[in-house]
Amino acid sequence: MATKVVERKPLNLAERSYLPQIVGGLKITFRNMWKPPVTLEYPEQRPNIPDRYRGVPTLVKDPNGREKCVACQLCEFVCPPRAIRIDPGEIPEDSEHAHVEKAPREFKIDMLRCIYCGLCEEVCPEEAIFLQDTFSVNGLSRAELVFNKKKLYQLGGTLPDSHYKWDKKRDAAEKGGDEH
Amino acid sequence: MNSEKHDNLISVHIDGEEVRVPPGTNMIEAARSIGTEIPHYCYHPKLSVVGNCRMCLVEMGMPGRDRETGEPMLDEKGQPKILWMPKPAVACATGAAPGMHIRTDSALVRSCREGVMEFLLVNHPLDCPICDQAGECHLQEFATDYGRGYSRFVEEKNVKPKRTRLGPRVMLDDERCILCSRCIRFCKEIADDDVLGFIDRGSYSTLTCFPGKELANNYSLNTVDICPVGALTSTDFRFRMRPWFLKQSPSICIESSVGVNTVVWSREGTIYRITPRRNDAVNDTWMSDSGRTLYKGVDSGDRMNVYTLEGRPADAGAVLEECVALLRGGSVAVVGSGRSSVEEQWMLKRTVEALGDEIPVYLVGRTEPGDGLLISNDRNPNVRGALLTGLMDTLPAATLDDLGARIEAGEIDTILSFGEDLCAAGLARGQLKKVRVIYAGTHHNDCSQRSRVEIPLLTVFERSGSFVNQQFRLQRFSRAIPGPEGVYSDLAFLALLHARLTGLRPMRPEPAEIWKHLSREIAALRGIEYDRISDTGVVIDGSKFAHLPFCEGKSLHYEPTAATAVS
Repeated sequence: MATKVVERKPLNLAERSYLPQIVGGLKITFRNMWKPPVTLEYPEQRPNIPDRYRGVPTLVKDPNGREKCVACQLCEFVCPPRAIRIDPGEIPEDSEHAHVEKAPREFKIDMLRCIYCGLCEEVCPEEAIFLQDTFSVNGLSRAELVFNKKKLYQLGGTLPDSHYKWDKKRDAAEKGGDEH
Repeated sequence: MNSEKHDNLISVHIDGEEVRVPPGTNMIEAARSIGTEIPHYCYHPKLSVVGNCRMCLVEMGMPGRDRETGEPMLDEKGQPKILWMPKPAVACATGAAPGMHIRTDSALVRSCREGVMEFLLVNHPLDCPICDQAGECHLQEFATDYGRGYSRFVEEKNVKPKRTRLGPRVMLDDERCILCSRCIRFCKEIADDDVLGFIDRGSYSTLTCFPGKELANNYSLNTVDICPVGALTSTDFRFRMRPWFLKQSPSICIESSVGVNTVVWSREGTIYRITPRRNDAVNDTWMSDSGRTLYKGVDSGDRMNVYTLEGRPADAGAVLEECVALLRGGSVAVVGSGRSSVEEQWMLKRTVEALGDEIPVYLVGRTEPGDGLLISNDRNPNVRGALLTGLMDTLPAATLDDLGARIEAGEIDTILSFGEDLCAAGLARGQLKKVRVIYAGTHHNDCSQRSRVEIPLLTVFERSGSFVNQQFRLQRFSRAIPGPEGVYSDLAFLALLHARLTGLRPMRPEPAEIWKHLSREIAALRGIEYDRISDTGVVIDGSKFAHLPFCEGKSLHYEPTAATAVS
């Protein structure tokens, strides 16, 4: 293709002195100096996380301290990147929560695999797994970023419960049982 | 009508489609034969019919006949007029009759099923997240088809015990039980151990053992298989894995020569359970509890998983060279195994032929009293395979006394044991000291400690092949999980050894490849292609061996021949 030569116009005196540009720049600087800042001093300052934000998946306990997960493995099944791995186990008969029968022996989420889609939270029939407000995850090794059950409960903490499904079940058993 | 008499089939119409079934077939089976499922809980094809769940209600009609003339009634189109019964009939307890019409999906039938489902779900707990049956639960399946989706039941649900121990291997969750009585009928009719029954009335009805008894027979876990809900669970599999994660591989139980058809359920190289696979000519739909535990040997601590030379781990190639040197360096005896597959036994026979003409070959017999049902007296799954392939021409003795005598006489320098513990088979430690032992096996034992070369083998779950059971039925089993890292399959090692001894190229160690030779060389196996052996097996003509005194007695679907009965 033919080359088109574009002629460059010579700079005038004002442009060659840079002064109008400096003044213009300073005007913006001084105008913003009196406005409230729009950025945060991360990590000292942290943003407000909106409700329903999809951060790190965590396991939660109910207000009575019972672990809500019953190891049904539906999250493991639905997880698109297969980040979740559950080793189910039986709750011993002498436990306070023996009426729930089943709980995870180990619960691992590989945070390097997790894509924060929230399907695990959506599928959970026990409201035990929530993507909460933690958004920054880092570690020095791959193994460190496979969160185990202990770490997941640490991150999750306790959330209010509106059903107390299993407590109701225990109460029904204590009240009526197989009496007839 | 003539053809009906001729082939003894009767014709019924299911949802307008004509089906021809043998007389005596019930409606469920007739519908199943054209792929129509009639939902049911209490009916089981191998148990007696009780008709107590009422889930299989269908509409039934017969062609009408004029009462006065006896002529068939015709409708305005000239077709036979069907007189539909005003009320539905239970499909499990109603036999198909000639000319019968059945509606399996009419509005009445659907409303019947919805009604039954609603009553079943009245007291059923919402346990699905913790219930082991979830995913293979008939109640779940039919609830999605015929459940309301919400409950009209405002009263309090029944509360029943959740962890009742029925026996050493079976747990009962009373709340989940829908009182189908399959387990009771199984114990009474199949296991012949009538220990279960219902007590109390109405919604308080509960499954229980008779006082002072427990469900401890060796077939108790079949009740768990046939339980349509999660009421009966196996203590071994309970809460271990959800069934939808498990891969199902068809296999054959090696517990005895019955050759029970099984399904091995595994996930990522770990076996979680073994269940029976239906084969109406062998095991119906049952298997023993003891057969279900055999997978535990796969990961046991004494598993052999490295090749060793004089106790030290060695490369497989070096081990192979040492085997060749030992087998060439003196007189050899070979001990094969009745637990090897047909292909492996044939490959072992070829290897023996490559070594020379007068090589003594032994097999170790395992005779223990069976139970007359699905465990036979012969605990080797594949003795008949060794006969068919020509590895053996007599039945194996329980101990290797003859081999021991030869060792004492100094006739033997090297023993190749392919899968048999020589110490357990009756050779004394002193005798083993006099010879050099090449031991191939799956687990460490006395014999492996006294062997010069150890060759790790794979368990039945880690390899593919075929066995010939007591009925001379050839049945395939397929690999469920991979073997230990770096270990050749039994067949591959034998193929390499054979190739090294003969100087030929190694045969491809695939059963299908071996079968090309087998079907050509062995008259009884002529025409059989490995890939075309059906799931229920192929019966081979074993009349050539009818004179041998096989030790099996009577068991399910097996009658011993006259020669056996004498012994």
